[in-house]
Amino acid sequence: MAGDALKVNGLQKSFGKNHVLRQIDLTLSPGSVTVLMGANGAGKSTLVKVICGHHRADGGTMTLAGSAFEPTDAADAIRKGVVTVHQSIDDGVIPDLDVANNLMLDSLVDRGHGLFVRERHLRAEAAKVAAAMGIDVNLRARVSDLAVADRQMIAIARAMARAPKVLILDEPTSSLSATEADRLFALIDRLRDQGVAILYISHRMSDIRRIADRIVVMRDGAISGVFDTDPLDYEAAVTAMLGHRMTDVDVAVQSGTKPVLELHDLQLFPNATPINLAAHDGEVVALVGLLGSGKSRLAEILFGITRPAQGQIRINGTGYAPRSVEDAIAQGVFMSPKDRGTNAVIPAFDIADNMTLPFLQGLSIGSFLRARQQRSRAQEMVHQLGIVCQSVGDGIDTLSGGNQQKVMIARWLLEPAKVLLLDEPFQGVDIGARRDIGHHIRASAPGRTTLVFLAEIDEALELADRIIVMNEGAIVGEHANQNIDLAALVADISGAKPIATGTAT
Amino acid sequence: MNDRLLDFAIRYGFLILLIGLIVYFSLAAPGFFGPLSAAFVLQSVAITGILALGVTCTLVVGGFDLSIGAVATSALMLSAYSMVILEHPTPVAVMLCLGMGALVGFINGVLIVKFRVPDLLATLGMMFLLIGLQRIPTQGNSIAAGMMLPDGSVAEGTFSAAFLWLGRHRFDVVIDRLLPMPVVIFVAIAVLIWLFLGFTRHGRLMYAIGSNARAAALVGTPVNRYKIAAYMISGVTASIGGILLAARLGRGDIASGNNLLLDSVAAALIGFAVLGVARPNAFGTAIGALFVGILLQGMTMMNAPYYTQDFVKGAVLVAALVFTFYLSSRRTGTGH
Repeated sequence: MAGDALKVNGLQKSFGKNHVLRQIDLTLSPGSVTVLMGANGAGKSTLVKVICGHHRADGGTMTLAGSAFEPTDAADAIRKGVVTVHQSIDDGVIPDLDVANNLMLDSLVDRGHGLFVRERHLRAEAAKVAAAMGIDVNLRARVSDLAVADRQMIAIARAMARAPKVLILDEPTSSLSATEADRLFALIDRLRDQGVAILYISHRMSDIRRIADRIVVMRDGAISGVFDTDPLDYEAAVTAMLGHRMTDVDVAVQSGTKPVLELHDLQLFPNATPINLAAHDGEVVALVGLLGSGKSRLAEILFGITRPAQGQIRINGTGYAPRSVEDAIAQGVFMSPKDRGTNAVIPAFDIADNMTLPFLQGLSIGSFLRARQQRSRAQEMVHQLGIVCQSVGDGIDTLSGGNQQKVMIARWLLEPAKVLLLDEPFQGVDIGARRDIGHHIRASAPGRTTLVFLAEIDEALELADRIIVMNEGAIVGEHANQNIDLAALVADISGAKPIATGTAT
Repeated sequence: MNDRLLDFAIRYGFLILLIGLIVYFSLAAPGFFGPLSAAFVLQSVAITGILALGVTCTLVVGGFDLSIGAVATSALMLSAYSMVILEHPTPVAVMLCLGMGALVGFINGVLIVKFRVPDLLATLGMMFLLIGLQRIPTQGNSIAAGMMLPDGSVAEGTFSAAFLWLGRHRFDVVIDRLLPMPVVIFVAIAVLIWLFLGFTRHGRLMYAIGSNARAAALVGTPVNRYKIAAYMISGVTASIGGILLAARLGRGDIASGNNLLLDSVAAALIGFAVLGVARPNAFGTAIGALFVGILLQGMTMMNAPYYTQDFVKGAVLVAALVFTFYLSSRRTGTGH
C-alpha cells in the first residue's frame, strides 16, 4: 500500500480529570477495513469525535496522507477528506425529502449551484451516484418511507459523494437486520476496492468476521491490542476487549430459591420460536444478545407495553397479562428502560421528583404531596447508592451520566418489586458508577427476581448469576456465571450455533 | 459573582420590575395608588386572568389551547340564549355553560390524544368551529332582553338578578362597594390551580408529562387521561370567564371578547418569566395578568392613547419571552 491514509500519534484527551484517551496510536491504510472494538466507555466514540473534528485533542498529532491534520470543526474534517457516518442514521438524511434530493443535498448547499433546482439534471446526477454505490431504490421515494438499511446506505452514499480519503462508520449495523447488513457489507467491499481507508466501529462479532482486514481493540482509553495476521485471531481480540476487568468483580453465584417469574411457550413475535424460562427469587438473570435479538421485545412484553404473540407468563404461580404499564407496576413488575434521556429522565425536575415519580401516590395524603417525606426517601436512596450531589433538590441535569443513571435505578428500588427489569442499566455510565449500581442491584436482589437486559458480555459477567443468550426472538444458550466458557458464550451471541428450540429452566 | 447576579436577576427581575412600575406610576400619576385604582386594575384583568390560568394547565402538559377565547364567547352567548330566549333560571344557565366548556375541552383532548391532531391545529379548528356555531341560533345577532325573534315574537326572558350579581356585585372592602365579584372568583381559581399544579401529585405528574411524556408513561402515568383533563380544566375556566363577561355586560354581545385569547395567552407566557422558573405556573400567570393590567392602567392615567395598548402588551410579552428563554439558557449554559 502506498503510504498511510491517516496516522494518529500519541493522541490524548481528557474531560475534566477523567482521562478518556491515553496515548492512542492508530494507522489507517487506503483500501483496507480496520475494525475498532471496545466495550462501552472504552473511548471509541471519543476517539472518533476527535478524528472527525467534534473534539480537539489535548495532545498528540494526526497526519492525513502525509500532511498535518488538525480539524477545527466537523465541516473542516469533511473538507479535508475525513467523513464520518454516525450511529444515529437520521443525522445523515432528511427524512421528508426523496432519495434523489437526499443524495444531491450537498450540491444544493454549494454556493455555485444557482438559484433554481434543475429537477431533471438533479435526478440524472442522483441516478449516477446511486448506480455507482449499487443502491437500488426508487429515487422518488421519500426517505422516511424506506427501510433502515436503505436510509443507512443513503447516508453513506452522501458521505461518499464528497470523495473522502477516510470513511468512519460508527456502529452502522446496530439497527440493521442480518440481510440488510449484508447489503451494507457489499457496499463496504466496493469502497475498499476504490481505495478508501475505512474505520469500522463495532462489537458485533459477525460483522467483524465478515469485513475486518485488521482489528484494533481499545480498553480503558488505550489501545489494548492490534491484530493483523492472517487469519485474524478473533478470540484474542475478544479477550483483549474484555481484559482482566471481569475478574475484578467476583460474583458469588446464587441459584435463587423458588421460581418467581415463569414464561411458558412465550412467542415474542408471530412465528418466533417459543421461549421457556424460570427466574427465581434472589437471582439476577442477564439476558444478552445483539440488537434485534428480541430482548427489548421481551422487556416490553413483561412491562405491559406490547403483547406477546402467544404463550403465558406466571408470577408466583398466578397468571400475569399486563394491560398497561400502570397495570404492570400495580402487579409489582418494575422496569428501568434503556436510553434514560428519552425514556426516563424528566429534565425539568430535581432529583427527588425524578426519583419518586412512580410512587407519588404513596407519598401523598389525599392528592397533596408530602414534600418532606418525598425528600427524605430520596435522600435515603442518594445515600445508599452513593449519588454525588449537593442536595436532592438539585436539578437532574446538573448530574453526571452515571449519577443520573443511579437516580433512574433508585426510582425502582424505592418500593419492593416482585420482578425488576433493567434494560441496559449501564448505558452511558462510567466504571465507578457501574460498580456501585451493580453492587446495589446484587445486594438488594433477595425478595424479587431481577432480569437485566444487556448487549455487553462483560457487564453480564460482573452482574449476573446466570446468563441467557437470545437470538432472533429465541433463547439460544444458557450459562451459569461460574467458570464460564467465554468462547462458547461469544459463539452463542454471534449466532454461530444454529438456533434450536430454546429452553432454559 | 457574575453568575450569582444573573441568577438573582432571572429570579426576581420581573417582580422588581413590577414593584418599580407601581412606584413610578404612584409618583407620576396622581390617583394611581389607591383602593379604587387597584380594584379597577383587578377588575380589568380578572376575566383574562381566569382564562390564562386554564391555558396554563394545558401548557403544563406540553400542549396549548387556542380555543379558550371562543369557548368564553360561546359561554357568553349560551348563557344569554339560555336565560333570555329559553327562560332558564340562573343555575341551569351556569351549569349549561360549564358543561359546554368541559365538553369542548374533552373533545379537544380526544382530538389531540386519540386522533393525534397537533394541539395548535386541533384547538385552532375548535376555535373556528365555535365562533361559527355561536352565531347560528340567533342568525348572527346579539342577544338582549326584549329582542325580536326570527318567528316574529319577542323574547320574554331576562338576565336574572342572581346572574347579574355574579358579574356586578361589589363587596365592601376598605370602602363600600369596592371589590367586584369576578375578582374574587379570579383569586379563588388562581389559588386552586396554584395548589393543584404545585402541591398535588396530579400536578406533579402533569409537569412530568410536559417535560418528557415518554418517561412519564414509562413510570405508569396515564398520560392521555391527564392531557384530556388539562384541556377540560382549560375549557371550564374559559366558560367561567364567559359567564362573568355575560353577567357584567348583561347582554349576549356577539362582538365582545375579541381580545380574550391573545391577552390571556400573553399573561400565561409572561408568567414563565416570573421567578425565572421558565415554565408555566399559576403564580406567574396571575402576576403576568396583573403586570399587563397595572401597566395599562398607569399609562391610561398618564393619558397614553388607548390605541397604544396592544403595542405595549406585545412589547411586554416579547421582553418576557427573551427574559425567559435567553437568560435561562445562559444560566444553564454557563458550565459549557
